[in-house]
Amino acid sequence: MERSLKRWWPLFVLPTALAFLVGFLIPFGMGLYLSFCDFTTLSDAVYVSVANYIKAFSDASGEFVHALWYTALFAVVSTAIINVLALGVALLLTRGFPGTNAFRTVFFLPNLIGGIVLGWLWQVLLNGVLARWNATLVTSEWYGFWGLLLVVCWQQLGYMMIIYISGLTTIPEEVMEAAAIDGASARQAFWHVRLPMLMPSVTICTFLTLTNGFKLFDQNLALTNGMPGNRSQLLALNIYTTFYGRTGWAGAGQAKAVVFCLIVVSIALLQLRLTRSQEASG
Amino acid sequence: MKKILAVLSTLVLALGIVNILAARQASPEGASAAQNPSAGSVYYLNFKPEQATQWQEVADQYTRLTGVSVTVVTAASGTYEDALRSEMAKNDPPTLFQVNGPVGLRAWRDWCLDLRDTKLFQSLQNRDFALTDGEAVLAVAYAIESYGLIYNRTLLNRYCALDGAVIADASEINSFETLRAVAEDIQSRRQELGVLGAFTSAGMDASSDWRFKTHLVNLPLYYEYRDGGLTSADEIRGEYLPQLRQIWDLYIHNATCPPAMIGAKTGEDAASEFALGEAVFYQNGTWAYQDIVAEGLKDEELGMLPIYIGVPGEEKQGLCTGSENYWCINRLADPADIEATKAFVDWLAATPDGQRALTDQLGLSTPFVSAMPQNALQAAAQEDLQSGRTPVAWVFPTIPSERWKTAVGAAMLEYAQGGVGWNAVEEAFVEGWALESNAAK
Repeated sequence: MERSLKRWWPLFVLPTALAFLVGFLIPFGMGLYLSFCDFTTLSDAVYVSVANYIKAFSDASGEFVHALWYTALFAVVSTAIINVLALGVALLLTRGFPGTNAFRTVFFLPNLIGGIVLGWLWQVLLNGVLARWNATLVTSEWYGFWGLLLVVCWQQLGYMMIIYISGLTTIPEEVMEAAAIDGASARQAFWHVRLPMLMPSVTICTFLTLTNGFKLFDQNLALTNGMPGNRSQLLALNIYTTFYGRTGWAGAGQAKAVVFCLIVVSIALLQLRLTRSQEASG
Repeated sequence: MKKILAVLSTLVLALGIVNILAARQASPEGASAAQNPSAGSVYYLNFKPEQATQWQEVADQYTRLTGVSVTVVTAASGTYEDALRSEMAKNDPPTLFQVNGPVGLRAWRDWCLDLRDTKLFQSLQNRDFALTDGEAVLAVAYAIESYGLIYNRTLLNRYCALDGAVIADASEINSFETLRAVAEDIQSRRQELGVLGAFTSAGMDASSDWRFKTHLVNLPLYYEYRDGGLTSADEIRGEYLPQLRQIWDLYIHNATCPPAMIGAKTGEDAASEFALGEAVFYQNGTWAYQDIVAEGLKDEELGMLPIYIGVPGEEKQGLCTGSENYWCINRLADPADIEATKAFVDWLAATPDGQRALTDQLGLSTPFVSAMPQNALQAAAQEDLQSGRTPVAWVFPTIPSERWKTAVGAAMLEYAQGGVGWNAVEEAFVEGWALESNAAK
C-alpha cells in the first residue's frame, strides 16, 4: 500500500495541486506583479516599479495608515475578548450541567449566519438601541469600533468555544485527580495543569481570531461601510474602496493588498511561534 | 515502468481537464457564430440592475428584427466598475459599455471608439450631452434625468389653505427665502397639518447620502463653475458654501427626525416618509417615481421645484438636469462586432421602434429627438425645460473622486450630529478637492 502510494502520489495530488495553482498561485503571482503596475484592466498593465507603494503610504488623507492601526487595534482587542470569553464558556459547559448541549448549540449558531446578513441585522438592532441617546453607529468611529467588536465576538465566540471544549475533554481525568490529591487549589489546577495542556487549542484559537480580525470585511461593510468618512474602515474595506472607488488608484489598491498580505502572514507566523513554544511537549 | 505509467496517466488526466475547460469556453461563441456567421454580434454590459429584464426584451426584439445576436449582461448593483474591469480583460469583451461622466471616462478613454459618424451622436437634441476629446466624440448620453424638490401637492395645498400661511400657491416658492419661510412654518405647524416634518429625513446611510454629498453639492459647484466659466477644475474656492450651509441647515432642522439621527436613515426611509404623507418635500429626481407611487401616491399629487439655495437671481433657476449614463463603444472589439454595435445604438437612438424601446419599455427620458415618456415627474421636468428657466447642469460628474464625496458627506453628517463645526465641511470641500484632483493624476 505504502509503496504504491509512493509511486502514484502525483495522480492523487493533481486535483488539489491544480486547484491550488488556478485558485491561489496564479492570482497571487498576478497580484504581486500588478502591484508594480499602472493598470485599468488585467491586460493593459504598465510596469511602474514601486510608485504604487509610495502612493499608498503617502496618501495625504492618511487613510491607509489610519486603517492600519485601527485594524491592528481591532484585531488585538477582539482576539483578547473572544478567547477569554470562549474559554470561560467552554469551562462552564464542560461541567456537566443539564442542558449543556442545548447551550453549546445556541452559542455556536451565530457562526452559521453569513457576515453581511449578520452585520445588517446588528446595524438595525444597535441603531435602534442607540436612538435612545440620539446617536447612531456612525456618530463617531468608536461607536462603529465597539459595534463591530460586539458583532464579531458574538459570531466567533461559539466557534472558539467548540475548539476549547474539545481541548478540555482530551485532558485525562487522572491528571486532574493527581493535582487534587497533591493539594492544588482549583485556581492552581487551572493555571498550572489545565491551561498548559490546553495550549494547542489556544494556539489555534488565537491564530484564527487574530487573522480573522485582520481580514474582516463583510461585517465592516454591512455595519458602518466605513462611515463617518472612511474612519471606521478596516484594512480589507480600505483596499476594496481604493481599488474601485478612486480613478487611477487600482495599482495603489493592489500595493496595499500586498502589504496587507505580508502583515497578516508575518503576524500569523510570529504568533504561531510564540504560542507553540508554550505548548506542553509530548 | 510503473513510474512512467503514473506520470503518463497524470498527464492524460490534466489534458482532459484542460480540454473540458477549453470546450466549455468555446461553446457559446460557436453557437452565436452558427446563428449569423458574417454579421458580428453585440455584447452590452448594462449598468442598471432594475432594468435587466427590460433590456433583455429589447435585445430579443432587435434580434428578431435583424438576426443580429445581442447579449445583455447586467452588473449587480454598485459593482459596474468591478464587472467592467474583469469583462474588458476577457477574450470577448463588451462591445457596448457605459461611463458615468468625464471622470469615469478618464479610466476608459483608451477603449472608446470615436462616435462622430454615428446616428447615435447625430440625433442628440443638444450636443452637450456627449463627452468629447477635441474633435473626437467618446461617449454619448442615452438617458437624461432631473432632480429637485419633489413635493406633495395635496399637503402643500392643505398648508396654503391654513390661516396665516406664508404662500397661497406652490408657484410662489421661487427663492430660498420663500422656501425657508414655508418650510419653517410647516415644521412649526406640523401637528395641525398632520405631518412629521417639512422635509423627509436627510438620511446619510449609503443608500441615501448621494442625494446630498453628490446631488446637493452640485448646486454650489454649478454656480462656482458658472461664475468662472469652467467645465472642470483642479481647485475650487467654495464660494457658495454659505448657501450650501443654509439649505443643509434647513433640511436637517425641519425634517421628520432630529439631526443627530440622520446617520441611520436610509433611502427607503425617506421615500416611504414622503409616500405616506409624513413630509411635504423630498429631494430626489425623476428616477424616484416608481418608489413613491408604489406606496399609493397619485400622479396628480406630485410636483417638483428647483432646489433654491439663496443665490442672487435664482428666481430664474430650473431643475438640475443632466446625465450620468453615457454609452461608449469598445474600440478594441472585433471590427464586425463594432459595426453590429453601431447599428444597434443607431437603431435605438434614431428609429421610431428603437426610441419606443428606450422610452416606453425602459422608461428613460432620452436626449434624442423623440417623444418623452410621461409620468408626473418626467412631465414636471419636461415642463421645467420648456419654461425658459435655466436648468442647473450636472457638474458632479467632474468631482475628482468618490473619496471627495465620502469626505464631504462625512463632514456634513458630523456637522449635523454636532460633532464638528461647518469649517470641517469647508475643509473637506475645498482642500479635499485640490488633494483628490492631484491624486487622480
